[in-house]
Amino acid sequence: MWSVVASLAPVVGASIWFFGPSALLVLIASCAGAICTERGIAGTRALRDGSGTITGLLLGLTLPPGIPLWMAFLGGAFGMAFGKLVFGGLGQNVFNPALLGRAFLQAAFPVALTTWPASASSWWSLRGDNFALPLMSPQVPDALTGATPLGLFKFEGQGTDLGSLLVGSTGGSLGETCGLIILLGGAYLALRGHLNWRIPASIFASVALLAGLLHLIDAEQYPGPVFMLFSGGLMLGAVYMATDMVTSPVSGLGCWVFGAGIGALVVIIRIWGGLPEGVMYSILLMNALVPFINRVTQPRVFGTNLGSSAS
Amino acid sequence: MRSLLSFRHGVHPPDHKQATEHIPVRRMSFPDEVILHLRQHTGKPARLCVKPGDRVERGDVVAQADGFVSSPVHATTTGTIVALELWPHPDGSRSQALRIAVERHSAQVPRPRLVPEWRTLSAKELIAAIRDAGLVGLGGAAFPTHVKLSPPEDKKIDTLLINGCECEPYLTADHRAMVEHPEKVQHGIRILLHALGIERAMIGIESNKPDAVEALRATLPDDLDVTVHPLRVKYPQGAEKMLIRALIGCEVPSGGLPMDVGVLVQNIASVEMIATVFESGLPLIERTVSVTGGGVRRPANLTVPIGTKLRDVLDACGGLTEDVEEIVFGGPMMGMAQADLNVPTVKGTGGIVVLSKGESRQGETHPCIRCGHCLDACPIFLNPQNLGALALARRWDEMEAQNLMDCMLCGCCSYACPSSIPLSQLFALAKTSLRKSSIKGKAA
Repeated sequence: MWSVVASLAPVVGASIWFFGPSALLVLIASCAGAICTERGIAGTRALRDGSGTITGLLLGLTLPPGIPLWMAFLGGAFGMAFGKLVFGGLGQNVFNPALLGRAFLQAAFPVALTTWPASASSWWSLRGDNFALPLMSPQVPDALTGATPLGLFKFEGQGTDLGSLLVGSTGGSLGETCGLIILLGGAYLALRGHLNWRIPASIFASVALLAGLLHLIDAEQYPGPVFMLFSGGLMLGAVYMATDMVTSPVSGLGCWVFGAGIGALVVIIRIWGGLPEGVMYSILLMNALVPFINRVTQPRVFGTNLGSSAS
Repeated sequence: MRSLLSFRHGVHPPDHKQATEHIPVRRMSFPDEVILHLRQHTGKPARLCVKPGDRVERGDVVAQADGFVSSPVHATTTGTIVALELWPHPDGSRSQALRIAVERHSAQVPRPRLVPEWRTLSAKELIAAIRDAGLVGLGGAAFPTHVKLSPPEDKKIDTLLINGCECEPYLTADHRAMVEHPEKVQHGIRILLHALGIERAMIGIESNKPDAVEALRATLPDDLDVTVHPLRVKYPQGAEKMLIRALIGCEVPSGGLPMDVGVLVQNIASVEMIATVFESGLPLIERTVSVTGGGVRRPANLTVPIGTKLRDVLDACGGLTEDVEEIVFGGPMMGMAQADLNVPTVKGTGGIVVLSKGESRQGETHPCIRCGHCLDACPIFLNPQNLGALALARRWDEMEAQNLMDCMLCGCCSYACPSSIPLSQLFALAKTSLRKSSIKGKAA
C-alpha cells in the first residue's frame, strides 16, 4: 500500500503549493492522529502496511487549511479507532476510516470545517488559526474567509471559470485543488492494479449524466457536468476514497453499481441538500450498502443456470 | 490480428519455459532402485500379484487392476522385488509401494510380446488393450484411460479434444512431444477415434508454441476431420472445462463431466503414449518429465522410468543449485511441494520444478482487503474471497452451498491474491473435509 502513499505525493505537493505551510501542518497532524492511535491500540506490526498513513493523508486532504491542528489530530485518531480498529483492523471495517474521521469533525466542529481562507498575503503566512488551543474557538477575522466554488454557486449563484477548477487555484480543502493531478495518480494506481478503475469511471459517468440532464432542463439553476466533476471533493473522493478496496464491492458489476449510487447521491445532495458538498456522505452511505451489493452482484458460476444463459 | 479462442477470467503468470522448450528429450540411465506405488492412478489401488524375492522383467505386470476404476502397474525395470512397504507418495501421504532392486548390467530388454494391430480390434477389445497397458491420463490427475473411453450408454461423444495447451509455467514435456513426434500424436488420435467410433478431433495449443502448431498441421491426416487451433496464452487454458469453453464454446454443467456436452478430452502425453503402446507393445513404464526451474543445474526433458526416486532424477540433471528453495511435482500452479528426496515419480508426474529462492512465492500472509482480484481471476466465477473467509472459520457446509465443489483448485486465486492468502490450499482442505464427511454420512 505504500504505492498508494507514493501516488498521493503529487496531490500533497499541490496542496502545499496552494495553501503554504498550513497544508503541511494539517497533514502532519492528521497523520500523527491516525498513526499514533494505530500504534497505541494495535501495536507496531499494524503500521508496516502503510494503511494508517493513507488514512491520515486522506483525512488531511479533506480538511480546510486553516483548521486548528488539534482538530485534525483528533479526526485522525477518531477515524482510526472507530472507523477501523473497533471492527478488527485492516480488512474488517465497513466505512472508509478517513471519511468517518471527517464526518465526526463535521458534526463536532461545523464552523471550523467550513471556514475557507481567502487568498493569503504570502506563501509563508498561515491560512487560519492553526495553533488554536484545544477546545478554544479559533480566531478567524472575517476578512480572511473566502468561499469554495460549490459554496459560491449554491449560496451566491456565482460560477467559477473552468481553468482555475482544472488547475486547482480555488478555495477549498487541501485535496480539492488540482483534479488533473489526482486523475494522474489514479491512472497510475489503476495500471498497477491497486485501484478498480470501474468505481471512478462509474462515479464520473453518473455525475456527468445526471448533472448534464439537469443542466439541459435549466442551465440557470443547475451547473453543468464539467463544473460538477471538477469542483469540491469529487475527484479526491472518486479516485482515492470510494476505491478503498476494503469498503467497496468485490465484483466488477458491484463496482459499477456502487459508483453509480455515489454519483447520484452527490448530485442530489449538492443540488437539493442543505450543504454545498455531498461527496463524503454519498460515499459513507454507499459503504454501508456494500455487503448487500456484494450479495446481489455475485457472478453466475461457470456451468450453472445454463438454460437461461445458453441462448 | 484475429483474436485467439480462449475462456473468461484466468491469470497470466510468466511462463518460464525458455529453459527447456528447445532442449530435445533425452533418456536417463536406469537408477539402482525403483519404487512402484500401487496407487499410481485415481481410483482403487492396484492389487499386488508378485511377492518379495521374485525376479521381474521390464514390462511384467506386478499389480493388477482391482475393479473397473483401477489400472494395472508394470515393472519399469528388470530386477528383483525387495519389499512391499509404506513409502512417501508424491501426494504427501505414505502408501504401499514395491521396491525393486534394478539388475546390474541388464540389457533392460523387455520380454518379446505381441504388438496388437489396433485396426483389426473392436472398440471393446481396443479399450481392454488400453487398460491392460496400464494407461492413465498423463496430464496429472492420472484417471484410468479405459474408464474415460467407456461412457455410459446414454452419453454420446461426438468430438475428441486434444489438450496441447501445457498452460502450467515451466513445463515443456508436451511441447517437445508435439515438436519431436507429431506423427505419433496423430497416430494416437487415430487410435482413440477408432475406439470411440467417431471422426472428429480438435487439437488446442497455446499460441506460445508456434513450432508445435506447425508440426501438427503438417502431419494432419487426409481422411479424418482433425483440426489444430492456436489458443490464447492464459492459465488455466488446459483445464478441461476451459479448453471446451474455448474450442466448442459451451460450458460443462456444474457437477458434470465433458461427456455431458459430448466431448472427451485427452492430453498430448496420453495420446503419444497410446501410440507408443500400439507401436512397441510396451505398457506404460516410462514417460517424459520436464525437470526445470532455477534450482536445478542442467534443466532437461527427461525420459524417466516410472518409480524413479526424486534424488536420482535430480542427479541425472546435474543436481541442485545452492539457492534451491522448493521442489514441486507437477507445475508451480497446481503441483505438490515435496518434503523428501526419496519420493518416487508416479504415472501422473509430468514435471519436476525446482524453484530457487527468487522464484518461490512464499510471502507472509496479510489480512484480506477485499480487493476482488481473486474474483477477476477465478475461471469458474466463484467468490474466492468469501469462500476463503468461510474456510478460515471451517464453515464447510456454507462453502458447499456456494459451489465449492466446482472449484478445480487451479490456483488462480492464490496467484492473484496481493495478501498471499493460500486460498486454493484452503479450498483443497475444505473439499477433502466435505468428501470425508459425505463418506461417513453414507456409511452411517
